[in-house]
Amino acid sequence: MIDIDNVTKVFGAGDAAFTALSEVSVTIAENEFFTLLGPSGCGKTTLLRLIAGFEPPTAGAIRLGGRDITRLPPNQRPVNTVFQSYALFPHMSVAQNIAFGLEMLGKPKAEVKSTVDDMLRLVRMEAMRDRRTSEISGGQQQRVALARALAPHPEVLLLDEPLSALDLKLRKEMQIELKRLQSETGITFVFVTHDQEEALTMSDRVAVMSAGEILQVGPPRDIYERPAERFVANFIGESNFLNADLAGDSVTLAAGGTFPVRRPDGVRDGKVSVLVRPEHITLGGAGDTLRSTIENVVYSGEATVAHMVLPTGEPIKARLSNAPQGDGALPGAGSQVTIGLAPGAITVLRD
Amino acid sequence: MAETGGYLPGALEAEAEKADTRNRWLLSLPAVIIIICFAAGPLLVMVLYSFLTPGDYGNVKWEFSLEGWMNTIVQRDIFDDTLMWADAHISIFWRSFSLSVITTVLTLIFGLPTAWFIATQPPGRRELWLFLVTVPFWSNLLVRTIAIQELIRNEGVINLVLLKLGVIDAPIQMMFTDFAIGFGMTYVYLPLMVLPIYAAVDKLDFRLVEAAHDLYASRWTAFRRVILPLIKPGIIAGSILVFIPSLGAYVTPRVLGGGKNLMFGNLIELQFGAGRNWPLGAALSLMLMTAVMIALIYYVRVTSRDRADG
Repeated sequence: MIDIDNVTKVFGAGDAAFTALSEVSVTIAENEFFTLLGPSGCGKTTLLRLIAGFEPPTAGAIRLGGRDITRLPPNQRPVNTVFQSYALFPHMSVAQNIAFGLEMLGKPKAEVKSTVDDMLRLVRMEAMRDRRTSEISGGQQQRVALARALAPHPEVLLLDEPLSALDLKLRKEMQIELKRLQSETGITFVFVTHDQEEALTMSDRVAVMSAGEILQVGPPRDIYERPAERFVANFIGESNFLNADLAGDSVTLAAGGTFPVRRPDGVRDGKVSVLVRPEHITLGGAGDTLRSTIENVVYSGEATVAHMVLPTGEPIKARLSNAPQGDGALPGAGSQVTIGLAPGAITVLRD
Repeated sequence: MAETGGYLPGALEAEAEKADTRNRWLLSLPAVIIIICFAAGPLLVMVLYSFLTPGDYGNVKWEFSLEGWMNTIVQRDIFDDTLMWADAHISIFWRSFSLSVITTVLTLIFGLPTAWFIATQPPGRRELWLFLVTVPFWSNLLVRTIAIQELIRNEGVINLVLLKLGVIDAPIQMMFTDFAIGFGMTYVYLPLMVLPIYAAVDKLDFRLVEAAHDLYASRWTAFRRVILPLIKPGIIAGSILVFIPSLGAYVTPRVLGGGKNLMFGNLIELQFGAGRNWPLGAALSLMLMTAVMIALIYYVRVTSRDRADG
């Protein structure tokens, strides 16, 4: 549906030139909840602004449903944006804000009114319709911004870190709310965030970006469990990186032990980095082969994290779920333990 | 004293507070006296003079009279004492008002794009442009007005260039016309329009303009529906700042309008000078002041309503 074709965006010129996006290509399907995830400055917001039409790309093309919209001004694109700052019009009421896009499209008065009513109901803001935008809370402003962008029923809704200004509890609520709105309206959502948990919980697919490039695109489970690169693994979730030797369909860790792995494309036999998620490590089970020394143990509510060192000097941490009423008595610092890896816990990284 | 523990008991505290208030009043007393003597005093003298009889060689005679106030809009025929409208005054009021409105509109037309241009420059360069806009303030108003005269007089730069280019055969008479006054006042008061609008545009959140475009507004609609309402306080402030001094302008109409095209300020000056009618001059001054106050009250009401709205 949205086809980003080899898009490059360079800001400034000469020595001051800064490449925000370099030859980015990705296709976003209809009715998809698609997330652009990356640290600040990775180009995710720039890509969003290119789709909205606020900036033209330096090179490449953007197509929407097969139509080239690369040079179309923002007011002629069937695309609406929920801004990070919400950008609600301060001189208008909640209802006037929501009606704005519909009025600009020249919809008849009766239709504007009924759509505004529908939108207010959708975001549960009926009681606030005549309030000034300065008189409502941050979470309410966020919902008005959402209603305003959804009211003209765009083909694509762009969301630029819309939840970042909300507190944790409200953010969780809005995540569920957004997901509900997306499936109710059937609109394609392109969501920008730097919060990996937000990306994993909400998206159909996630694109992980860094330094103006898309590193990996896939469903949340793929991104988390089979990251292609060290950056992706490191950015999403907690990680242990270990040195290993790849030979055929198995790796031998530097610290000892040979394990079967899925061999990614384009990785040759020899020295590789592998990823092991801390929650895929068990402690002191029968048949464990890897030895390690405990450095410290941190209790963090639902889990206990054990920081350890392998005989090779590589640090490794294990995240262990706390059993109900367990005494949680892990061996103290300095003690030797054996650790085991769950089947398929080792992912070979391409880097 | 052990139980008071080093702090003052309630009664003493209230006493100390009272003394504090008293001292504060005493401290501000000199300032209050100066304001009463030099601001309110002259105003009271004006009110008093406007109800007296003109002296033969200027000044006033201490006889109560309403002639001063009456003469602002009517005049007595010198032969048969019948009253008629003071057409000359009324045309001067009208010229003052209409030229002030025109000046305000012109400064707005030129000032808004200028302010917009400055506010959208990179931050480092804005100060330079603001500085350039305020440079004229640093030289004397009379000098600047005479410079305009050099531009628009019959042998002035504009006419010379147009004659040389063959656009006109004879010089265009611009000096001593209402055009000259309007031109001069627009030039003189332009910075007063630019600065408040600049401040408003500077505060404008351009993401709102993006949001308007995103919601299908064309450039013009975004300007009308979003930008204009948001910078309205700056436009109103600028308009008031231009309109008020235009209404009482004295130097510019005097130099560029010559003796014929008087404005309110010149009419007042005339009464205290050659006209030797101080009560009329005082009454006219108070009229002008009232007009200015009405404009100011309107401004305060509009802006405070905006603030309540926003």
